[in-house]
Amino acid sequence: MIIEVLGTGCPKCKSLEKAVREVVSQNGIDAGIRKVEDIIEIMKFNVMTTPALVVDGKVVVKGRVPSNDELKQILTNKIYRI
Amino acid sequence: MPIVKLNKTIITPIILLPIWYLIYINLQPATDWLVDIALGLNKGDHLTESLRFFIFEFPKVLMLLVLIIFFVGILRSFFTAERTRKALEGKSTFVGNIMAGTLGIVTPFCSCSAIPLFLGFVESGIPLGVTFSFLIASPMINEVAVVLLYGMFGWKVTAIYISSGLTIAILAGWIIGKLKLEKWVQEWVYATQLGNENPEEETISLLQRINMGYTAVKEIVGKVWLYVALGIVVGAGVHGYVPQEFMASLMGKSAWYSVPLSVLIGIPLYSNAAGIVPIVSVLIEKGASLGTALAFMMSVIALSLPEMIILRKVLKLPLILTFIAVVGCGIMAVGFLFNAIL
Repeated sequence: MIIEVLGTGCPKCKSLEKAVREVVSQNGIDAGIRKVEDIIEIMKFNVMTTPALVVDGKVVVKGRVPSNDELKQILTNKIYRI
Repeated sequence: MPIVKLNKTIITPIILLPIWYLIYINLQPATDWLVDIALGLNKGDHLTESLRFFIFEFPKVLMLLVLIIFFVGILRSFFTAERTRKALEGKSTFVGNIMAGTLGIVTPFCSCSAIPLFLGFVESGIPLGVTFSFLIASPMINEVAVVLLYGMFGWKVTAIYISSGLTIAILAGWIIGKLKLEKWVQEWVYATQLGNENPEEETISLLQRINMGYTAVKEIVGKVWLYVALGIVVGAGVHGYVPQEFMASLMGKSAWYSVPLSVLIGIPLYSNAAGIVPIVSVLIEKGASLGTALAFMMSVIALSLPEMIILRKVLKLPLILTFIAVVGCGIMAVGFLFNAIL
């Protein structure tokens, strides 16, 4: 699984990245995590509110930082939420 | 399990609301009792009146914030940047400006998303001026400022603030559109390609919306309570110690230059609405006129240096300066107007 965290460096973007890394390591999820900070690359995902979370090329969360529980659900059960 | 959770989420606000109301209407007598009887302080002393001001205003404003931000959080769950963009696509300019200004008030938006939002709007063909109406209205009409103004001045001043702020956003955006300033947008903006991905709209249940209300309270009130406290401490000090009419000569109606001066001072200043409103409230109490004080407040919260630095990535300097000038003139006009008619 490839996880991408989109965000230009705002405080919320950093907390999303941190939360994702936590959830991935705590639950032993096999995933590569990448932080995307380049705005042109971010716009390729057509998101207008950051931070956003992309799993395997699909935008699953945008404009907010989900709770660790919700992140765990998204990353383990693959329940996609926008 | 889900049923228990559903009950808790929905019932909690229903139980809390009457309790909230009972506390709220008894704040003034409770404050007077605490200050005059329990603490036995001398009525009319500087310290007593400052203390009374703080003990009453702080919980009052905080309670109003919690209540209204909760409902704002629920309301905002109905609006997303994507839906707003869709609504604005293909609208004629003036109608577009009005819609963009109005949607700018309710669409959840933080200034750190200014760049992707700007790109997302402009790339999908929304005119520059319409985009600006959105970008001006969003910080200009701030939910925290609305609550604080309502708590400290009542609904009339709040209505003046909202309607004049919205008018500035609509007209300033429209003027920027008329000036045809697309040449002052950074070249790479129009060269950027939006991805084709069209994320599906999430269907949100009522329960999730209520939870978004809780989240909004936690995020917003959790962040601004300290500024509110500081603002009211300063306010309380001025309230008790500075003589009445102290500000009259500086920021009163007779001093015409006070409006442009307040705007010029306010533009580079950056404070969130939470800290500025209590200060504005005592400025008025000490003789500043409403128009001047409103102009000062608007220029502080609507135009800020950090936002300009963020926007510099997508806009060339002349466009930023035009933006500041147009909005600044609009704010001054509001200041003069309300000094003249009130």
